[in-house]
Amino acid sequence: MTARRVPVRATVGVVGELLVTAGVLTLLFVVWQLYWTDVTSGRAQAATVTSLQQTWDSAPAPDPVPSASAGTPAPATPVPDVDQTPPTGDAFAIVYVPRFGADYAVPVVEGTGTEELKEGIGHYAGTALPGEAGNLALAGHRVTYGKPLNLIADLQEGDAVVVATATQWFTYRVTAHEIVSPKQVSVIAPVPDQPGVEPSQAFLTFTACHPLHSARQRYVVHALLESVQDRSAGPPASLAAVS
Amino acid sequence: MYAWWWRVLPGPWWVRVLVSLLVAVGVVVLCFEVVFPAVADHLAINDGTVEGR
Repeated sequence: MTARRVPVRATVGVVGELLVTAGVLTLLFVVWQLYWTDVTSGRAQAATVTSLQQTWDSAPAPDPVPSASAGTPAPATPVPDVDQTPPTGDAFAIVYVPRFGADYAVPVVEGTGTEELKEGIGHYAGTALPGEAGNLALAGHRVTYGKPLNLIADLQEGDAVVVATATQWFTYRVTAHEIVSPKQVSVIAPVPDQPGVEPSQAFLTFTACHPLHSARQRYVVHALLESVQDRSAGPPASLAAVS
Repeated sequence: MYAWWWRVLPGPWWVRVLVSLLVAVGVVVLCFEVVFPAVADHLAINDGTVEGR
């Protein structure tokens, strides 16, 4: 009788240990997903922002006015042309949102695949580029992977969303938000929510998951281009303060 | 399982503890670097894009 019980008890013991181990690993996964991806992606995104800024600042000024250090003429390397769609995965712009904090700066990466969204805010392929008539449609994580759009629900009408490229600053102002089904592609139409309409203005649309920690719906924020200025003119006033 | 692990480890108790800790750290690193990223990509619990593209 004992000869039969011992293997049963041993089996139950091993199964129990396996279950406990699986539980610990699952908890570890949650820690990794909710905290560690923020650390690693946050670091990588900050590094991308710094390197973009350095690249742009070392590029020759596009305006005819000589720069402050007029002694040495800059080499004639062309300024990167943002009018052409960048290759998937390339960071080509920086988004600043004063409402998210004065130090908020996140790179915009071409494409909205899983890998791109780990590198920053993703630009929906085929949608308008910064300043272009149409819809500059951007997707970002609301939690995990640096959570660039964590505070998207805090955006209020009139808030500035500033997009910097190699040559220009674009200030968009928030006009509206909506919560939609993930299938509602019309939110990123050239004229938001009016598919098929020819755009005459430049819009910006953010999409993020909603509710938090869920992919059931999408939190969508629309903004409209307010002003454009050359990079050489310095950061726009809209960056300075939260209205 | 863990009793078996303890039995097969050689040396005095503190060596066994040290080896066990090193293996545990190795498992955590492997999970963080390889297993979890692969699993997470298939979960898409926090997809923020609208479909259709």
